[in-house]
Amino acid sequence: MKEVKYNKINQEDLAYLKTLVDEENFLCSDEISEDFHKDELGTVSGKPDVMLYVKNTMEIVNIMKYANEHLIPVVVRGSGTGLVGSCVPLFGGIIINTSKMNRIIELDEANLTLTVEPGVLLMEIYDYVEPRGYFYAPDPGEKSATIGGNIATNAGGMRAVKYGVTRDWVRALEVVLPNGDVEWLGRKVVKDSTGYPLKQLMIGSEGTLGIITKAILRLEPKPVESISLLVPFKTEEEGLNAVPEIIKAKVAPTAIEFFERKTILFAEEYLGKKFPDTKSDSYILLTFEGKNKTELQANYQTAADVCLEKLGAIDVFIVDTDERKESVWKARGAFLEAIKASTTQMDECDVVVPRSEIANYIKFTYELAKKYQIRIPSFGHAGDGNLHIYICKDTYSDEIFKNKLSAIFDEMYQKAKEVGGLVSGEHGIGYAKKNYMKQVLGENQIKLMQGIKSVFDPNCILNPGKVID
Amino acid sequence: MNIVVCVKQVPASSDVKIDPVTGVLIRDGNNTKMNPYDLYGLETALRIKEQNSAIIKTISMGPTPAKAVLEESLWMGCDESLLISDRKFGGADVVATAYTLSQGIRKLGDFDLIICGKQTTDGDTAQVGAEIAEYLQIPHIAYVEKVLEVTDEYIVVRASMDKTIETFKVKLPCLITIDKGHITPRLPSYKRGKELNHIDIPIVTFADVIDQDETHYGLKGSPTQVEKMFPPTKNTDKTIINGSVQEQVDILTEILKNKKYV
Repeated sequence: MKEVKYNKINQEDLAYLKTLVDEENFLCSDEISEDFHKDELGTVSGKPDVMLYVKNTMEIVNIMKYANEHLIPVVVRGSGTGLVGSCVPLFGGIIINTSKMNRIIELDEANLTLTVEPGVLLMEIYDYVEPRGYFYAPDPGEKSATIGGNIATNAGGMRAVKYGVTRDWVRALEVVLPNGDVEWLGRKVVKDSTGYPLKQLMIGSEGTLGIITKAILRLEPKPVESISLLVPFKTEEEGLNAVPEIIKAKVAPTAIEFFERKTILFAEEYLGKKFPDTKSDSYILLTFEGKNKTELQANYQTAADVCLEKLGAIDVFIVDTDERKESVWKARGAFLEAIKASTTQMDECDVVVPRSEIANYIKFTYELAKKYQIRIPSFGHAGDGNLHIYICKDTYSDEIFKNKLSAIFDEMYQKAKEVGGLVSGEHGIGYAKKNYMKQVLGENQIKLMQGIKSVFDPNCILNPGKVID
Repeated sequence: MNIVVCVKQVPASSDVKIDPVTGVLIRDGNNTKMNPYDLYGLETALRIKEQNSAIIKTISMGPTPAKAVLEESLWMGCDESLLISDRKFGGADVVATAYTLSQGIRKLGDFDLIICGKQTTDGDTAQVGAEIAEYLQIPHIAYVEKVLEVTDEYIVVRASMDKTIETFKVKLPCLITIDKGHITPRLPSYKRGKELNHIDIPIVTFADVIDQDETHYGLKGSPTQVEKMFPPTKNTDKTIINGSVQEQVDILTEILKNKKYV
């Protein structure tokens, strides 16, 4: 990638940028809280010169035109809940904060779409569509993330097993390109064989190709009935080995989550609320949906019987009412925060491997934990092969932790490559995982990506230093 | 030790519908669950059983579909269940319900401890437990959040009253009503359900109860007259406070002061 010499923002730039947004939406240097120097994980930080809360597409157009012309780097930020440093301004410059662009614009019931601005929170989408009988399937753990951020990282979540990821639920995007041009990528259509899929390039590009200003999301009628099964296993190994067998049983669960007892205990402490069962070493959580109770029952009973009769499950617990679902899923939703609260610092690995390799991969992390004498708790979307593995600093010094981390990551990504996996399932590459992506994908593919970047953003002003160098 | 737990089938959703003409609750038979407070009662009983040898019997009053919650109690670990069901018991208020349940409990044989949920989420009166105890002429403690000690002679419980937390030592037999505490009720076990294999839950009808005076049951035995029922109005007002943390705290403090919460 070419070396770009960015211009440092000067008083003149500030004076001009100030005219582009409302006064209260303009924050300069020290007025910007340190929270905006980093993301949720906080392993990388950078100080912006200016942060602009935008209210509409035109404001972004004007900012981008100016920034592009004056070679000022721009980073887009939503809720800042990312985990790989994608929204961190490594080179200073401008943060465009889209969290105030948070209107739900249109529910189109004939086309089954919902048009939203990028700052709408994921939980606001569910709250809007579900009472109206509709369903937006992507279900990442972090519900206070913005939809813009979800699209930018191609967020996945727990229902990916059955419904796919964010990419599968975006019909069209309005984007502002780095030069300030506005384009609609995709349309309100179900099928699309119209040339290169630019919309798909934008999804998961982590704010390096363009800025999402509107999104048309796909909706489906809401499944009427759902139930989860909490399946305890004697050992972690038995739990993990069960996952591919459940998939083979053709029972089509919406979600298959795996977690260890240790992780549940962290969540209990973090939430101050007891989980319904903590007697076993590992658990699989299955969810089923159906049009009616009969269909639902047929599906979940087959799965429950397979678990008990063939996979050595200790029991199968029924999670059917709202209260029961909350007692289980609330803990599941809090795992990341709970692990974070259990240690002094941590870093994460979000590899995705073929589902048949899940058990072996997790066992490999247990070996690493032993080898490096460090705590490596994990949980994950076992049903789609996406694991969240956390390396906890605990009482190690900064330097020792850094060295261990680097060695562990090298081994983990190497192993992922060997078993046919990829670096990130849903959190993205950002700043933190660039080198590992290079290791796994190879020079050729990185060059193709660099070519794409240079077409969209020849001056390299949009989120520099992320995804690719 | 014999423990009886009273359970009730209630609407699964708090979004209940009321017939605008008759003012009666429209019950959706497909969308029901066990009263959430009863789950805490059951869990309390099951934990006592884990520490002491005990037999847990659940009892419910309602139409035959209410068998579902009794079956669920068996899946959770209870030993026996009994449904009290008869058209003659229909339309009962708290007095008639408590009386009928007390009659049903007598049919279950000896008991040492009766546990009820603090209240139900449909009726919300929180009176039935206490009234059962009166009809059975045993002591009762309401709003129990934890059972501290269980012996063959007495139990020690901690109850959370409005302004005080009180600890009671009560002679058995007695009745306690359980509030949602710090425990989480266990989940029904599919494995146990399979082992029980569609167990037949016995039904007690009017013909089976000791007191055969019809005026003590159902609508006839209910002094309460319901004038009107309507769903509560929903308040979805919200205020979003913007600004720095300090500004937000200041504004929030001001709002709370104005509303006299602080």
